[in-house]
Amino acid sequence: MVYKIAAEADRQYIEEFRNNPIAPHHSPGLQRLLNVMRMYRGGDQYILIARREFHDYVIGRMPPLRDDPIVIEDDVAFASREAAEWELFCRRWREQTGEIINELYEDKTA
Amino acid sequence: MLKITGYPDRYSAEPGERIEFKVSLEEGNSFEARLVRVIHGDANPRGPGLKFRHIPSGADGRHSGFTQSIDAGSFMSVPDFPALGEPFTFFVMIWPTLTRRDDQTILAQWDAAAGTGLHMGLKAGGFVTVTIGGSQGVKQAIAPKAMVERQWYALAIGIDPRKGVARIDQSPIMHYAMSDDRVAEEFSLVSAASAAGLWMAGTPLADGSVGRHFDGKLDSPILIAGLHSASLHDRLLARPHDVELCKHLIAHWDFSQRIDSPVAVDIGPYGRDGVLGNLPTRGMKGWNWTGEEHAWTRKPEHYGAIHFHSDDLYDASWKTAVSVALPEDLPSGPYALHVHCGESDAHATREDYISFFVTPPKRPTKRGERPKLCFLAPTCSYIAYANHAEHITARGVEILMNRMVHFGHSDLWMYDHPELGGSLYDTHSDGSGVAYSSRLRPVLNFKAQYHSWLGGHGSAVYQYNADTHLFDWLEEKRVAYDVITDEDLHAGGLALIEPYDVIMTGTHPEYHSTVMWDAMKAWVDRGGRLMYMGGNGWYWRVAFSAHWPGAMELRRAEDGIRPWIAEPGEYYHSFNGEYGGLWRRIGRAPNVMAGVGFIAQGFDFSSYYRRAPDADDPRARFIFDGVPEEIIGDFGLVGGGAAGIELDCITTALGSPTNMLRLASSEGHSGLMLLVNEEFGPVPPNLGGDQNDRVRADLAFGETPAGGALFATSSIAWCGALSHNAYDNNVSRITENVLRRFLDPKPFPTSLDSG
Repeated sequence: MVYKIAAEADRQYIEEFRNNPIAPHHSPGLQRLLNVMRMYRGGDQYILIARREFHDYVIGRMPPLRDDPIVIEDDVAFASREAAEWELFCRRWREQTGEIINELYEDKTA
Repeated sequence: MLKITGYPDRYSAEPGERIEFKVSLEEGNSFEARLVRVIHGDANPRGPGLKFRHIPSGADGRHSGFTQSIDAGSFMSVPDFPALGEPFTFFVMIWPTLTRRDDQTILAQWDAAAGTGLHMGLKAGGFVTVTIGGSQGVKQAIAPKAMVERQWYALAIGIDPRKGVARIDQSPIMHYAMSDDRVAEEFSLVSAASAAGLWMAGTPLADGSVGRHFDGKLDSPILIAGLHSASLHDRLLARPHDVELCKHLIAHWDFSQRIDSPVAVDIGPYGRDGVLGNLPTRGMKGWNWTGEEHAWTRKPEHYGAIHFHSDDLYDASWKTAVSVALPEDLPSGPYALHVHCGESDAHATREDYISFFVTPPKRPTKRGERPKLCFLAPTCSYIAYANHAEHITARGVEILMNRMVHFGHSDLWMYDHPELGGSLYDTHSDGSGVAYSSRLRPVLNFKAQYHSWLGGHGSAVYQYNADTHLFDWLEEKRVAYDVITDEDLHAGGLALIEPYDVIMTGTHPEYHSTVMWDAMKAWVDRGGRLMYMGGNGWYWRVAFSAHWPGAMELRRAEDGIRPWIAEPGEYYHSFNGEYGGLWRRIGRAPNVMAGVGFIAQGFDFSSYYRRAPDADDPRARFIFDGVPEEIIGDFGLVGGGAAGIELDCITTALGSPTNMLRLASSEGHSGLMLLVNEEFGPVPPNLGGDQNDRVRADLAFGETPAGGALFATSSIAWCGALSHNAYDNNVSRITENVLRRFLDPKPFPTSLDSG
């Protein structure tokens, strides 16, 4: 059975991720959490859309069939890839655990 | 989204030659163009930034433009085939692969403008249809039971065009318990108004394009006069041919003949050969394949199938928008036509760099004095990756990238335009692998400014745009060089590269034809000095065909990192009958050519090299002149280090020369830098670079018996580190040290005594 994300066990990784959303050496626990979150299970897939490369990003949702259009969430823009990763992490955390993370990427401690 | 894009009619041209650019414009009716030398196509603000040099030419100025479309989907046509006005029966073996698609064509004689003729097809769900159009209108018969995907059926359709009677007989070749897909039904439709010309796997539409394509295999299509029962099928396929039946034969297309060509041979009495459009896949095993033979060249009668795809594409056939004669004195190098139709913004890109290379003149009288350095432009790899769309077609890429999947404006446009055709990494819409890739179409990732979903974190460049890091460094170091492309090498062989003392590769020269491989090996064996500037080179064997110029074939056979896997029995190239797949699997591992071979891949972060004991060998002294550091390349635009993306190492058991020096090896890789699967049998739990010390790039050097030498960076990310600290860094210094020595004509020592 695939590891099931649990708020009690995995909450410890939230800050590690926020401090460094894209990194080569996440802790094994965080990497497991990310791998499970990122496993494709069908349906829409989240993507990162660069409206201006290196400067301006939004999140998109790619549907399972190419006949259907990509949904672009134009209302919230991110200045960095890392900020967008944090937003997606928060969404998936809520999907997996039901908990809402009320922390901004910009307020990270590290 | 892209508002303008295009492609050149060739990827290389000589000074003075004319090159044509096909451009499609989605806004307005004109655009600006200019020729540029491509120096640095990476827009990463942490690097040197975009660099292009304007080359005055006849292309300068405003050009009219319009939107051009692409008519994808393969088919067979016999344009002069007479209308079938008398009763006939059509027999075919059929293997449908995408039954959810509606309105597919098996065979058609159809006048789309008039809505008349005959059409045999497949309806969504896999139901065979027969449609007849005439003066009484259009009426369609639908088989009551569906075909199942990837099952062979013997299909017999009898039609009396005058009476408007149709019979559908559908019989599965394999019978399964509890299944019911046998059909034998007769239908009363309307009288047909005749339509000439015959089409399979596609139907001409009123707008002049071909649509209503079929996804799947067709084998042994036969037309015979009269209405016959399905039981005749076996007699028709028997050898020798039944002479009595042949008297009634109208046509019999034998797809097992001339497999290397676009011709579908009609072995019937009228010899009405078909012509294949848009490069359907040939050399495909047919309904009768037994497994006793795996090469179509040895038992062609088992390879009588053609696999048609609704998204096959050979030639986009766009009209020329700009035609320019290249200046006679234009130096060899990377160039592009910059086209521009307005200012880009958050929602649209309104410029494009249509890439090509200028090669040196071939005629001796025009060559003049040439540089001794040649950059071998890896156009085979560019074509293999052309419009690489695994981020669209293969879900689950995010987990491999270890970050969100990046889409730029080009990727969004690619998503909306599947008719662009896939790369050799993609699958067709029916799930089968894309075995052919053509450059006669817009290739969105063969461009400066393209930032890939696949490149390492940071610049995220891959293939062509990653190679611009090397173009930039050569400019910065004021090193003169010529460019020969892979396709040129395939056409010209050893003679084309013989004049050069040094060849530098691109960052990822992965794909090579046999002619190319032989020419390069001969050049190395005759004293050439090879600077292998990347990783995972000489990995896959590919084929070209004079019948389909501009297209390249690959079979993902047997082993290797395979985004799709060729079916058993389909490992041989249709273009030339060669056994396809990894060079390693035919005894020519990359190590034989470059001294190193593929060992690991990972697309998130790059790492650094640590100096190894061989760095202190006197033979390597010139390489480390001015490089005292223990750590090499702990910086770079591609993943933050010089060792990344795909890595190679020295393996003498695979053919690395025994005298290769391991100058440095990378370490500290992430857990997502994974050992490649041809390197293990039972799957070990420690595949990642954080737990497996086989996961490393070996910076390597070795002399060759003819006084030449091999230098291998063994990493795709190496060139991304060249510009660090204003080009003053140990990766740049090592590269320059090697290049300067390699350009020195003094032979390298060949024996232990001669050092």
